[in-house]
Amino acid sequence: MLRDITLGQYYPVDSVVHRLDPRAKIVLAFMYIIAVFMVPSLWLYLPVLAYLVLATWLSKLPARMMLRSLRPMRIILIITFILNLFFASGTTPLLRLGRVTIWQEGLMNALVFTFRLVFLVTGSSILTLTTSPVTLTDGLERLASPLKVIKFPAHEMAMMMTIALRFIPTLVEEADKIMKAQTARGADFESGNLMARARAMIPLLVPLFISAFRRAGDLAMAMEARCYRGGEGRTRLNKLQFRTRDLLALLTMLALYLVILLPGWLW
Amino acid sequence: MSDQPHLQVKDLSYRYEPEAPLALDGVSLVVPHGQFVAVLGHNGSGKSTLAKLLNGLFLPTEGQVTVSGMDTRDDGKVWDIRRTAGMVFQNPDNQLVATRVYDDVAFGLENIGVPSEEMPARIDEALKLTGMLEFADRAPHLLSGGQKQRVAIAGILAMHPEALILDEATAMLDPRGRKEVLDTVQRLNREQGITVVWITHFMQEAATAQRVLVMDHGKIAMDGTPREVFSQVERLRALRLDVPPMTHLAQLLRQRGVDIGMDVLSVDDMVKEVKRLCPSCLNS
Repeated sequence: MLRDITLGQYYPVDSVVHRLDPRAKIVLAFMYIIAVFMVPSLWLYLPVLAYLVLATWLSKLPARMMLRSLRPMRIILIITFILNLFFASGTTPLLRLGRVTIWQEGLMNALVFTFRLVFLVTGSSILTLTTSPVTLTDGLERLASPLKVIKFPAHEMAMMMTIALRFIPTLVEEADKIMKAQTARGADFESGNLMARARAMIPLLVPLFISAFRRAGDLAMAMEARCYRGGEGRTRLNKLQFRTRDLLALLTMLALYLVILLPGWLW
Repeated sequence: MSDQPHLQVKDLSYRYEPEAPLALDGVSLVVPHGQFVAVLGHNGSGKSTLAKLLNGLFLPTEGQVTVSGMDTRDDGKVWDIRRTAGMVFQNPDNQLVATRVYDDVAFGLENIGVPSEEMPARIDEALKLTGMLEFADRAPHLLSGGQKQRVAIAGILAMHPEALILDEATAMLDPRGRKEVLDTVQRLNREQGITVVWITHFMQEAATAQRVLVMDHGKIAMDGTPREVFSQVERLRALRLDVPPMTHLAQLLRQRGVDIGMDVLSVDDMVKEVKRLCPSCLNS
């Protein structure tokens, strides 16, 4: 049951977007999120849609992967739409249902907010679909390293993320093993109310934590034996290189900003 | 340089805490370059403690440990010592750091500041030497125990060490994994001339070493070739250790009046002895 957890959603194919510098992709994702929030009217989502379709095509991602990222969001999307539709007031009535009136402004608002969420989720999932967790961690470390000046532990943070990624499958496997061992001795994880179930987790969590601490101790010793001494003087296997294509990618984002913002400035 | 003993331990004592009993009690030991030493001993005999003192993970309470002439107490040398004497631990899951075999082998190289351009060649070489090249892109948790230990060994080899210390590296493996790891380490010892300290409680593994040390209560109780050590069956029993199965069988035969040699360690030895005693047996 616990084995179904897949970590991240990296989709391993070789594409231009996959090969982009992770730092460029993280910056792009941030700029994209800001762009989506700045879209002033419904029809200006068209350029955003065009950008998204282009990015998806360039990353060789199947469209259903993108749509799948919306699935866990579906209830929130529906609630957003309904709330905005019924609880906004305006000047142009569209439809009267008894005492409830649906206004044209309400419909527009509902569409804008719903689309905003859809574009946010699908767009930012391109980052995690095209960047392996390790590369992403690398990129974050490099982006955050100027903050070392103010004592921000950029290397330590990245190392913790890497170790977490490495050990999640190991700990999941272990949890599974402990669960089976406890079940074999009569523990019941599946019945009873919420409180009973939460209490049933204690004999699972206690040994899991003990073992995690022991693993941490072992790992620290093994890392020291392999000459680990923090980020100081460390070289990296994968050098990140900011290339022309990364610059071009950032320029496309500027183009999107222009298309979205120019109409507002001109009229 | 190579005339100098590789690992040298002088009057070494160690206690975990100030009031605790001595885990090691006046151990002295010289290991020349390229030797394969097996260290035996029951639980708590001090063999793992000795391993961790050999590369400066623990520092001596009394006495001295030197690796290629470098004292482990010397703060400036500790990273050179750990690079020179690499260590493989018991639990294969708890020593791999990265999410990909290739990246994990790179970990040590990154730590000692090898330039990025030199890494791929050294990683490939290390993976080839351990026979793990085809698994370079795998995630560690999808490998078998023996394969994980070979990745751990590759991670050390990439740093170009002169000695390998394996602290019960096969204790958590199945028989196949144990053989895999032992074969790999024996080959590295033979072909690369790497000094090996092989800590184990499996007698058959120790029987293949050049030299066997038996530890008891923090002291070296026996030291010699496998034949010298394993022929003292009663002594080993007293130290709560078994002898290799074929040595045991030879001893039982001897007790029943068969004139079999004292130094039978392996099945091959046994076959040789049986042929000597009864030339017409075992003809098929």
